[in-house]
Amino acid sequence: MPTVAPLDLDAHCIAVSWLGDVPHFALADGVVHRLDGGHKHAEAHDGLLAASRTLDGKALLTAGEDGRVCKVSSDGAVETLAEIGRKWVTSIAAGPQRAIAFASGRVAHVLLPDGKQKQFEHPRSVEGIAFAPKGLRIAVARYNGATLHFPATEGKPTELEWAGAHTGVTFSPDGNFLVTAMQENALHGWKLSDGKHMRMSGYPAKVKSFSWSAKGKWLASSGAPAAIVWPFQAKDGPMGKAPLELGTRGDTMVSCVACHPEADILAIGYGDGMIIAARFADQKEVLLRRQGQGGVTSMAWDGAGQRLGFGTETGECGVIDISA
Amino acid sequence: MSDQQAQIPVTVLTGYLGSGKTTLLNRILTEDHGKRYAVIVNEFGEIGIDNDLIVESDEEIYEMNNGCICCTVRGDLIRTVEGLMRRPGRFDAILVETTGLADPAPVAQTFFMDDDVRSKTKLDAVVALVDAKHLPLRLKDSTEAADQIAFADVVVLNKIDLVNEDELSEVEAAIRAINPAARIHKTERSGVDLKEVLDRGAFDLKRAVDNDPHFLDGDDDHHHHHHVEESGVRSVSLRAGDMDPKRFFPWIEKTTQIDGPNILRLKGIIAIKDDPERYVVQGVHMILEGDHQRPWREGEKRESRLVLIGRDLDEERLRRTFEACQA
Repeated sequence: MPTVAPLDLDAHCIAVSWLGDVPHFALADGVVHRLDGGHKHAEAHDGLLAASRTLDGKALLTAGEDGRVCKVSSDGAVETLAEIGRKWVTSIAAGPQRAIAFASGRVAHVLLPDGKQKQFEHPRSVEGIAFAPKGLRIAVARYNGATLHFPATEGKPTELEWAGAHTGVTFSPDGNFLVTAMQENALHGWKLSDGKHMRMSGYPAKVKSFSWSAKGKWLASSGAPAAIVWPFQAKDGPMGKAPLELGTRGDTMVSCVACHPEADILAIGYGDGMIIAARFADQKEVLLRRQGQGGVTSMAWDGAGQRLGFGTETGECGVIDISA
Repeated sequence: MSDQQAQIPVTVLTGYLGSGKTTLLNRILTEDHGKRYAVIVNEFGEIGIDNDLIVESDEEIYEMNNGCICCTVRGDLIRTVEGLMRRPGRFDAILVETTGLADPAPVAQTFFMDDDVRSKTKLDAVVALVDAKHLPLRLKDSTEAADQIAFADVVVLNKIDLVNEDELSEVEAAIRAINPAARIHKTERSGVDLKEVLDRGAFDLKRAVDNDPHFLDGDDDHHHHHHVEESGVRSVSLRAGDMDPKRFFPWIEKTTQIDGPNILRLKGIIAIKDDPERYVVQGVHMILEGDHQRPWREGEKRESRLVLIGRDLDEERLRRTFEACQA
């Protein structure tokens, strides 16, 4: 039986992340809580908007309403990496070789491994930012498409066009596909080798959470009464194939998804706070957490896939142990 | 979402540089009116107050991918409002400042068209600040000035000390010709009572038309004002008796579909045949809302009144087809 160890906090949870064996909960008020032999916390910002774990898994990068970008280490130390003034820093991504990208307004900033800083101005706002899995390449989600930059070189950016507002972005783990979330309740994808489009539509709500399964075989997403899981095993991605629908509910929507690090199992969080795990192969479901006060906003598996950290919009957080 | 927090009211403040907008903003931020405001501005520059509830945001107009050219929203507001609403309890209301060059339609539509924003906030009123001295020129050389007045629920006609009586009545007539449904407050140095600007409920169907007991009263005396004609924005006020619901509802649906791109604002009180309650409607471009408001009072004249404000409106056709909906 899964057991839930609750951690009741009092602000909207932006991100849950494991630094080594320690679950971290980054809240919208700017405080990063952790369960490390007891409940501890570190104040990173006056207002936190986004967080992303470094690729080595040792620190959490955070972006705030105070115009700062910080690195929170697992011992609670907070280091300011950049300050851009009073403007909100709305998204952040961690890249290979300790590169960091973050966005504010129409500018994407990149902190390169050699300590250099680069700025990329765009005609429209940078809504989302992501690193490619290999090489120093970033993708920016923007109005009418996405832009790829190579921040370590002076090369020209690659523009990927698709009409509409793109609000979030992710690379597939093999780097072959780029997928964006859109304002109009859809995902859009590009096969990067030939620019072929992939339209993934039919969601009744905006997709705010997506997660790649182990080895990038599937892309799970929120935005519907079920978790919508697109197959990416074929060379053209999900085109012409129907997605899996896991954990369908009649009375609420899926608000958050997190793929297990090894098995084809998906943690599904709902708008009412319930969390289940569902297996891709036979769609079998296990209840992990009953409904609570608010919708699930973030979930993360530990490295071994034994424990699931979760957070909600009302600050109810915790860790679910499925190994027992 | 399961949380049932009350929707936060949003006031939109439009006006050109020099209209006194910054003075009014500073008053809203500093005066004791019992409410804490989060303010979304285009640029920090003008406001001299340091306050973490002032957020700078780049105007970002997004056309919705639904084939409708007037279905536009402000992407930056969606993001900023969502961010603010993750830390509720710090403010009671939101104020969105837009520049004189901004189109107010996407701002207003954001609060109707985006599900996340709509679930957490509600548009309270659009307030336009205009400079009595320079408005005639603005109406002549731009479309935005007329659009802002057309969209406004409240017009603060500021700097009246800089014009003489004739100029003032002319500028007031110009505002009335564009928007007969707005409330006008004449002020010097943005000295309007904040109660007249904040918490108006102008988009609240239950309150909207009751705020103004003279809503659409008076004759349809169109002062055909040359500045107004140049701006291309005008209003059409329609009046009729009891309506046949089988004709009226399809008519207003069709009218907002066909004329939606040209209709900036629409407001009305409709008497539906055999219905003891007033039916109120309001709209922005193709977005239309309607609901029963309250019973017709004893002695109150049962009458249908509708005002449409927009560009290239065919008054003759609108009047004829509106009147044909009568029971």
